[in-house]
Amino acid sequence: MSIATVFEVVLATVVLGFGFWTTAVRKTYSAAVGFVAYGLLVALIWVRLDAVDVALTEAAISGGLGGVLLLGAAARLRDSETTAAEAPGNLTRACAAVLSVLIAAALAGAVWLLPEHAPTLAPRIVANAWATSLANPVTNVLMAFRAMDTMLEKVVLLLAIIGVWSLAPDTAWGGRPGPCHRADPNGVLAFLARLLPPVGIVVGIYVFWTGADHPGGAFQGGAILASMWLLAIMAGLADTPATSRRWLRCILIAGPGLFLAVGLGGLWFGSAFLAYPAAYAKPLILGIEVAMILTIAATLGLLLAGAPERSVK
Amino acid sequence: MLPAAAAPALDAMTSTGGFLLVLSIVVPVTGVLLAFILGDQYERLVACAIVPFGLAIAAAIVVALPQGNGPVVYVLGAWPPPLGIALRADGLSAVMLAATAVVICAVAAFAAADFSITETRVSFTFWILLLAIWGALNTIFLGGDLFTLYVALELLTFAAVPLVCLDGRGETLRAAIRYLLFALLGSVLYLLGTTLLYGLYGTLDIVLLGRRIDTQPAAVVAAALMTTGLLAKTALVPLHLWLPPAHAGAPAAASAILSGLVVKGSFFIIVRLWFNVMPGLPGFIATQLLAGLGGVAIVLGSVVALRQERLKLLIAYSTLAQIGYLFLMFPLAFGASGRLESSGALAGGLLQAISHATAKAAMFLAAGSIYATLGQDRILGLGGVGRILPISVLAFALSGLALMGLPPGGAYLAKELLLQAAAEKEQWWWAVVLQAGGVFTGAYVVLVLAHALTAAKEPITPDSSAPRIRELATLALALCSLMLGLVPWEAYLSIPNGVPSDKFGIGALFKMLLPLLGGTGVAILLAPSKLPSWRRSGWNELMPVISSVRRGSLASSAIVEAGDKFLRQWPIACISVLTLAALFGVSMLGAH
Repeated sequence: MSIATVFEVVLATVVLGFGFWTTAVRKTYSAAVGFVAYGLLVALIWVRLDAVDVALTEAAISGGLGGVLLLGAAARLRDSETTAAEAPGNLTRACAAVLSVLIAAALAGAVWLLPEHAPTLAPRIVANAWATSLANPVTNVLMAFRAMDTMLEKVVLLLAIIGVWSLAPDTAWGGRPGPCHRADPNGVLAFLARLLPPVGIVVGIYVFWTGADHPGGAFQGGAILASMWLLAIMAGLADTPATSRRWLRCILIAGPGLFLAVGLGGLWFGSAFLAYPAAYAKPLILGIEVAMILTIAATLGLLLAGAPERSVK
Repeated sequence: MLPAAAAPALDAMTSTGGFLLVLSIVVPVTGVLLAFILGDQYERLVACAIVPFGLAIAAAIVVALPQGNGPVVYVLGAWPPPLGIALRADGLSAVMLAATAVVICAVAAFAAADFSITETRVSFTFWILLLAIWGALNTIFLGGDLFTLYVALELLTFAAVPLVCLDGRGETLRAAIRYLLFALLGSVLYLLGTTLLYGLYGTLDIVLLGRRIDTQPAAVVAAALMTTGLLAKTALVPLHLWLPPAHAGAPAAASAILSGLVVKGSFFIIVRLWFNVMPGLPGFIATQLLAGLGGVAIVLGSVVALRQERLKLLIAYSTLAQIGYLFLMFPLAFGASGRLESSGALAGGLLQAISHATAKAAMFLAAGSIYATLGQDRILGLGGVGRILPISVLAFALSGLALMGLPPGGAYLAKELLLQAAAEKEQWWWAVVLQAGGVFTGAYVVLVLAHALTAAKEPITPDSSAPRIRELATLALALCSLMLGLVPWEAYLSIPNGVPSDKFGIGALFKMLLPLLGGTGVAILLAPSKLPSWRRSGWNELMPVISSVRRGSLASSAIVEAGDKFLRQWPIACISVLTLAALFGVSMLGAH
């Protein structure tokens, strides 16, 4: 057995272990911790499968921002946790276990039965990369071949923000989300919040920029930028902006808005909706991605910040 | 930018008028973005400006479709499938697009005059999400790619959930989180199946997949997972734990959209999946199973509806029953070739879906006006409301009659087509269920009307007077549902044996008597609150007999209600999801 195989076996075992732990453990907080670790390790699996783009997203979302959300929710629930009272009976548990095993086995069987040489569009995607002059096939799929899906996904993000904001009390509508954070200005958090963001911002922009030709892209870069922003907010160095600010709203729709505008430009002047003229494809796509990274960073940050709580004064 | 490969097929080329399909998605989405940025003052204005545009686009698609040959297609980005995505409008999409546009228009007219939607937060959220739901539904009706449909489903879910908790009360927040979690569970199952299908066939384009799909076990697993996920989003019994509180707790305009339109989104994807992607995969038993669940939904939804004390909950449970009705078409469209065929049964199912969309939206709007005027919506306290809000009560009655199958309503036509198919396929048991569905619908409509038309016990002091435009929008919607049978559906839906021509004759009216009289009987027997006219009826000698029968049937309906409560627990609902996935998998595997 080579080192790589040993590593894979260990990784798979540990991931399964964390999965089991997350399901079996009683405390919500422990389950959240388990899930974060699980997400980070799954990202490693994606790396082993040569899907670096997926790995970056998995790490950023399920390990990073998703983890912060889950841990925050678990901390809020800790006081009201009544696991013992609502625990389902043994028969229910047994049924659920048997059925879950059955479905999991069917899924495993289905994956096992997938054709040896899976039919794939990958060669065709590579062959058509000339149309955008971008070398990263994932970016080509997201921004050109399946641009509609990507554009609509950005609208989903906007709807998520609206959903979170709609939970605000009427008096705080348009106000600043989340509580006012005050950390010790000489403490570790404030120190980190001064030290990390300059580096983090550069890394985020790099991940975005390199996404044109290598793994990376607006979503991963945006997630890194969002986490830097949140770090500064939690350390009390910055405050969340009031949600009624026009500039904030402009940033939140910049990505889908520009995408839509370019798409309509294609419908009006070019060959089709969301078709880029070959000569301008790269600058157009990069322009949309710049708008998208801003939108994504702001959206993810605000999703974590929560509903407006403090009215604008 | 066409690839050098062979000339693409007709359904992978943009046809004339194809840009209309893009516009029908882009216009509402643009409205969302504009309203978001101009919001807090102008969101209502933006929405009201977008609505006529959207209606015009839907009308243009409906007009354009029969003139070309085959579906209207638009290839996005000029990248034909499988690399790119195509939007396709066939007859089914056109029908759904039109119905959605009509319902959205009426609800927008209603909501524009609704005082409960004036608070900045509520107004901002409602109008933006109304447009978002429209864009999402149009994407679902036009999307030619299973992953695009997934994105559209996500749009739909994220737009629908905040509508549930617009008023911010604790119970509506609980209902919203229930809805969100269960809907996401459904999404995950759908997405799992989609990835499996891509792994198997290397495309997610519906037309290409329809040609390549075979009956191998992995495809069956994918089909079972996707079907179950979509059923969870459609709230077919036993996966309905989220629907009653969510639909009953939202503001009236939001309830109308949620109940009339949102559940039709996932239903439509099931139709696409079973009829277009894999017509040969499900097999006889799976179609029977699906319709069987529909039958259970009809009984459970109707019986529990009759036991409700609040009007909005009654309507929400009636939605459960009507969702069940939608699934009766699957075994009736199952042809002798072992495939699902687009036949009269499919046309009937679709017609039922759009008549329910219009009628149920009208019912919720009427209930909203009643609630706003009385300050409550207890069914026992409805006395006298017929005097104060005659138009709303009339709209409720008309939409109820339309749902029962009064000619020339859409539901009448749907029922006729389904009964025809049941006779052809010699599946008499579904004919029984179809008739029973009509009788049950009659029961809860009669129950509500009997209370609404009695005189008030004490003079009512209305909380607020309902603006006339609100009542008229409701009435227009109800009339739409009742007039649906007059539309020439043959141009859009495949109806091999023709539409039943006898829409106004004695025979058609006679068919109406069964749901009406049967419904009254069921309402007398099953409703815990006695019908008002019952107390002073002259049938005194019959009383003891009926009373004893009534006691027995009330006991059995209490059992059904207990069953509903049992099924609506989280662990049980999750077990139901897994069980259904397993059952569908086994029955589809068994068919091959």
